[in-house]
Amino acid sequence: MSENSLAIRKFSDLANPTRFLGLAAVVLPWLAGLTALLFAVGLYLSFTTEGDYQQGETVRIMYVHVPSAWLSMMCYTVMAISALGTLVWRHPLADVAARAAAPIGASFTFLALVTGSLWGKPMWGTWWVWDARLTSVFVLFLMYLGLIALNRAMDEPNKAAKVSAVLILVGFVNIPIIKFSVEWWNTLHQPASVLRLGGSAIDPEFLAPLLVMAVAFTLLFFTLHIAAMRNEIWRRRVTSMRRQAARSAGREV
Amino acid sequence: MTSLFLRDLKLAMRAGGGALIGVLFFMTVVAVVPFAVGPDLNLLSRIGPAILWIGALLASLLGLDRLFQAEREDGSLDLMLMQETPLVLTVLVKCLAHWTATGLPLVIASPLLGLFMNMSEIAIGATMLTLLVGTPAITFIGATGAAVAVTLPRGGLLVSILVLPLAIPVLIFGISAAYAAVEDPAPFLPPLLMLVAITLFFAVIGPLAAALALRSSSD
Amino acid sequence: MPISLVVEGLSAKRGEDLIFHDISFVLSAGQALVVTGPNGSGKSTLLRVLAGLLTEESGTVRLQGISSDIGHPRELCHYLGHRNAMKRELTVAENLSFWKSFMGDSAGGFGIGIEAATEALGLGGISHLPFGYLSAGQQRRMAMAKLLVAYRPVWILDEPTAALDAKADRLFAGLVERHLGAGGIVVAATHQPLGVEARELRMTGFAGLAGELV
Repeated sequence: MSENSLAIRKFSDLANPTRFLGLAAVVLPWLAGLTALLFAVGLYLSFTTEGDYQQGETVRIMYVHVPSAWLSMMCYTVMAISALGTLVWRHPLADVAARAAAPIGASFTFLALVTGSLWGKPMWGTWWVWDARLTSVFVLFLMYLGLIALNRAMDEPNKAAKVSAVLILVGFVNIPIIKFSVEWWNTLHQPASVLRLGGSAIDPEFLAPLLVMAVAFTLLFFTLHIAAMRNEIWRRRVTSMRRQAARSAGREV
Repeated sequence: MTSLFLRDLKLAMRAGGGALIGVLFFMTVVAVVPFAVGPDLNLLSRIGPAILWIGALLASLLGLDRLFQAEREDGSLDLMLMQETPLVLTVLVKCLAHWTATGLPLVIASPLLGLFMNMSEIAIGATMLTLLVGTPAITFIGATGAAVAVTLPRGGLLVSILVLPLAIPVLIFGISAAYAAVEDPAPFLPPLLMLVAITLFFAVIGPLAAALALRSSSD
Repeated sequence: MPISLVVEGLSAKRGEDLIFHDISFVLSAGQALVVTGPNGSGKSTLLRVLAGLLTEESGTVRLQGISSDIGHPRELCHYLGHRNAMKRELTVAENLSFWKSFMGDSAGGFGIGIEAATEALGLGGISHLPFGYLSAGQQRRMAMAKLLVAYRPVWILDEPTAALDAKADRLFAGLVERHLGAGGIVVAATHQPLGVEARELRMTGFAGLAGELV
């Protein structure tokens, strides 16, 4: 019983934005340092391993492309969990987390699209094909941008929180459907002309740098996310202080 | 007048990301076309300029209804009507600011969407150029529609209905110039010059008509 | 030469209805006119006609004693309507500096600085805040600061003090007083007393009847 209440107290401690700010101040430098270190190792490995005999040097794009694509999906999952946190547990930080994650997720998705396009040009001879996987990432990108626009359109964070949480969850539920329908659409129209990469298992030669880069990207995400959450909390405090200033002005004359 | 231009730009940036929404709408409209017609790259590259133009046309109509309505709702329009500055000039500057905030981002985003449509470099360049020249005309025509519908509570849709037929010449010459750049026998310059002429023509007619409508709509 | 506002035989319609008929008065420099009357008696309509925002059915509104020729008397008027003409998204300073440079000064005077204007309304030091953050009364006072940042000899005020507390009321009365003292003209529609010496135009609110000048 007491253990249970202790856990609850811990949980609500974390929920306290001030507590979070203190935690962030401690964790951020370490996390950032670790991220930089892993990026150094990952990039070193990426550029020193052998190029693919078919794809040549362009295969190195994979070390950026695949982690970005992975994070674009993980970020949305984080947002969906935060949205649940907003709606179900009414966790005060959940909305901050969701709001802060959207631009980061959009950036990673954009990075995945751009690197994919750069990779596609030498491989497929065109910047873009409406391949099922590419298309669903693009739809995900549009969803991110829509969420950012929604967040920007509403200046009251409390009101925006629930509305965007609902949208995030509907989007999350919809992602598998989009994925499925896009695959169905593509195979329906164009049975075999789209080139597909892979098929064979990834050579261990590529696996090491890829894994290091994936971990580095994940840490980068958490670094950015915590920093963005901190900024969002600060932004809200500044806003409320400004409103306070407006209310008290002209009163003591 | 510079202050009006800068104010409208600031408003567009701050008020709910107005400029962002236009580009986003443009991207979404263009992105759903392949789902409708199929992912055949040859087909997409052929209809690409047309899709880009339709997307840009619809996107630039998006925020137009607010051009004067927002000013009317908070009373700013009254003060603008009263000034020594000719109303035509005020309307012109508002149009230019509106185009810079919503039209120009569309032009800048169009090459990216051209890539999605598998268009060739020349086709992308030509489409971008025609959009750059042609979208101001849509704003100028739209200003007239926005001024006419300024007192209506739900003018938004009506503005689109009023403006779309008037914008058809822009669409015709914009697209024929874009296609002329890609397909050999047709010359590129005549339709482009026609487009320039239409834009200049509406740069005069649009603000004049809008100013007239705003004057008589005051109540 | 001091200016004067001359109104002769003014009547106006809204839709098909005649709101008022044959109103005439002359206000010379330093004089104020308070327009009173029940709701719907046409106070706002009269002010909007004076401000050139509605066309008169018959009669004229003229400004006499102006050296330069101007197109319309409205160009020398400030109009403070029910709405504040300020953008919620912009800061107070951005709003005011826009109107200051957009309106410019009429001949014969200069607008004061933005900080000085907000100080004059008792709201110094918050002009860096977005207009939307302010309370209704504060917003109204900031809208009044527009009267000060750009100079106009004639002020047309529609229910200027509706959202104000007693202290701000007195503050505003002081501003009106100063404007009149400098040779300005004020026409205000109001239910509350304006707090300055003024003539009164009582609108009776029946079509076909003239307002009566007290």
